[in-house]
Amino acid sequence: MALLQISEPGLSTAPHQHRLAVGIDLGTTNSLVATVRNGVAVVLNDAHGHGLLPSVVRYLKNGVTQVGHGAQRQAAEDPYNTIISAKRFMGRGIKDIPDLATMPYQFINAPGMVQIKTVAGVKSPVEISAEILKVLRARAEASLGGELVGAVITVPAYFDDAQRQATKDAARLAGLNVLRLLNEPTAAAIAYGLDNAAEGLYAVYDLGGGTFDISILKLTRGVFEVLATNGDSALGGDDFDRRIYCWILEQAKVHTLDDRDKTLLMARAREAKETLSEHPSAHITVVLSTGEVVNLNLSEETFNEMTASLVNKTLLPCRKALRDAGLTVEEVKGVVMVGGSTRIPRVLAAVGEFFGEGGKCSPLTNLDPDKVVALGAAIQANVLAGNKGGDDWLLLDVVPLSLGLETMGGLTEKIIPRNATLPTARAQEFTTYKDGQTAMSIHVVQGERELVADCRSLARFELRGIPPMVAGAARIRVTFQVDADGLLSASARELGTGVEAHIAVKPSYGLTDDEVARMLQDSYAHAHDDMAARNLAEAQVDGHRLIDATEAALRENGAVLLNDDERARVGKLLAALKLALDGEDLAAVKRATEALNQGTVEFAARRMDSSVKHALTGQRLDALEI
Amino acid sequence: MLDFSRNHFELLGLPVSYALDSARLDQAYRDLQAEVHPDKFAHAFDAEQRLSMQWATRVNEAYQTLRHPFDRANYLLQLQGIHAMDANNTSMPMDFLVRQMAWREQLEAAKAAQDAAALDRLEKTLNTEVREFQALLAEEIDQQRNYPLAADTLRKLRFTDKLLADVGAAYEELG
Repeated sequence: MALLQISEPGLSTAPHQHRLAVGIDLGTTNSLVATVRNGVAVVLNDAHGHGLLPSVVRYLKNGVTQVGHGAQRQAAEDPYNTIISAKRFMGRGIKDIPDLATMPYQFINAPGMVQIKTVAGVKSPVEISAEILKVLRARAEASLGGELVGAVITVPAYFDDAQRQATKDAARLAGLNVLRLLNEPTAAAIAYGLDNAAEGLYAVYDLGGGTFDISILKLTRGVFEVLATNGDSALGGDDFDRRIYCWILEQAKVHTLDDRDKTLLMARAREAKETLSEHPSAHITVVLSTGEVVNLNLSEETFNEMTASLVNKTLLPCRKALRDAGLTVEEVKGVVMVGGSTRIPRVLAAVGEFFGEGGKCSPLTNLDPDKVVALGAAIQANVLAGNKGGDDWLLLDVVPLSLGLETMGGLTEKIIPRNATLPTARAQEFTTYKDGQTAMSIHVVQGERELVADCRSLARFELRGIPPMVAGAARIRVTFQVDADGLLSASARELGTGVEAHIAVKPSYGLTDDEVARMLQDSYAHAHDDMAARNLAEAQVDGHRLIDATEAALRENGAVLLNDDERARVGKLLAALKLALDGEDLAAVKRATEALNQGTVEFAARRMDSSVKHALTGQRLDALEI
Repeated sequence: MLDFSRNHFELLGLPVSYALDSARLDQAYRDLQAEVHPDKFAHAFDAEQRLSMQWATRVNEAYQTLRHPFDRANYLLQLQGIHAMDANNTSMPMDFLVRQMAWREQLEAAKAAQDAAALDRLEKTLNTEVREFQALLAEEIDQQRNYPLAADTLRKLRFTDKLLADVGAAYEELG
């Protein structure tokens, strides 16, 4: 850090170090990185002064990977190797991707998640997204002058478990420590709410390049509580572009297009859409590879007609979210507009009409819809990294889609309902259906539909070793836990014998640790980096983080909650870890880190108890004052 | 050590009763989450992160249970050792069932006719019924302490709630 830092008076006497943390909006069309600098959230620009990084990755034959504007410029010339909107493929199988025909890529139907064949080999959407994140990480580190402690990465609120896990994997691959996956509308609400000191019920309407979210939030002083969320994780500005693209084909009566022309026409379609946000008509001129010239004029009226069904498609989720929140339109105080696609005049008007039936609720657009998500993520990252500002707030988010499992006949049994506040856990008991059944296959699914076939399959795992009994006698308890990132882990246990099976819901679609290791190897083989050095560096970062956290906890209430012996024991473990960190022995660092982790379990429990007591006493005092 | 033995009311510092000061519940919930939520421990050591998730989960469960009248009543009866929703507890008075069947028919008719106004009317009627059951629960649990009677009322409330949920689903299908 170039700047000297001065700690707040009255706080800890220990040197207060500002921890470098960023918020990253990994978007379908554009991505951004932001941070809090001198108490203000700012988007970090690249050397050319651009804040927005086009989410475009181009793989070249010589092993070089281009990301952003450069890649975007070459898209039409090199359509197979230039991946646009990779976010649409995150955590998705080939059958889940609409409009395959309009895309030039050579898709490979891999189990769980689709992959793309490029000149640099087969790439998964996770690897492609990691390339974007690496560029943003480098930009941030260059701009802030140090290594990042961590990042908050935003995801569409309506992203399911598979898509969230894929995003977290991409961040890991890019060498980022993920402080939290944060829902995009919630991030926007933080940026907006803190900026405007808003109170009451708000809707966040977020129409991005490829995803649509609607979240209903209750803002009270210091609390952002999501009441309900809904959306469509395959609906966005790209679809508006595609409507224009199809219109061009129809008007110009062109039928066969090569892949260069497809990419070119899509780019022109997007430009026309952007023009229509500010002008009543747009001119489209393209010279195709055949030499044919396409020359068309698109009026706003025609554009509105051809996209009316898309706009309407966003209003049904709005209705559903309000219903789930138990609210009527009149109770919503304002609608925050987020995402580049909310610049489309007809979208703005339709949202205004929907929420402003009485004419009193007009859409709020005073923050840049392209930047507000990244800014909110930066503000949250700053707090999560432990840089306490003056004020503190609490963010309560929800599960977007119900989580359940498959029962007899291919039906879904919901275990965690949609809109449950995070973190959440729920257990349910099941039984065997055949005499002597000794194993049970558990199929975890996500979605609202009755039939398993209509829901997203997340994972399958087996519980074996159930003692043979008559059908219906065994009692198997299945427990779902969803953490603050919205990620699910599931476990099953036979209650009679205690036989158990666990799964972090992952392997059926996400990447196994081996796969991530392989990808890391691949990427570092090119960069001539040393895997061992990388591993040691990561372990050292973890070790230092643990020392910081433990010492901070000791300063806070070590003297009260631990006796002399206990304090001495933790002190010894701390000293041992510090010693290990002076050396370069990876195994020793890991061992000492684990020992300190184990040695602080009891301390953690007492600290938590004391916090809970503190909350209750505080609350009782409040009650007395009333 | 981690004390999960407290019941939901104790955890949130509220009296054990069906009648509830919801402003106080909301405040207690927020005060607790402000202390235990994982966002407060994103930079803490592993053991604290794990505990924070468990506590925040527990606080969410307590809050959700107490917040919803049906779940709160059901939980209060459980504290009294009565499992009102057991599968073998299914007997219902005839007049109640007849009324329910009539409402079901109204719902099916409204669905077939795509009649939003009819759904609105039915929803209103059902909401009135729900409020009456809730008032009855308060009386039976807090005043009379007649838990078996409250269990009967709770089962009726469940029927009506289910019907309301189906009305909700019918709205969804109207699009």
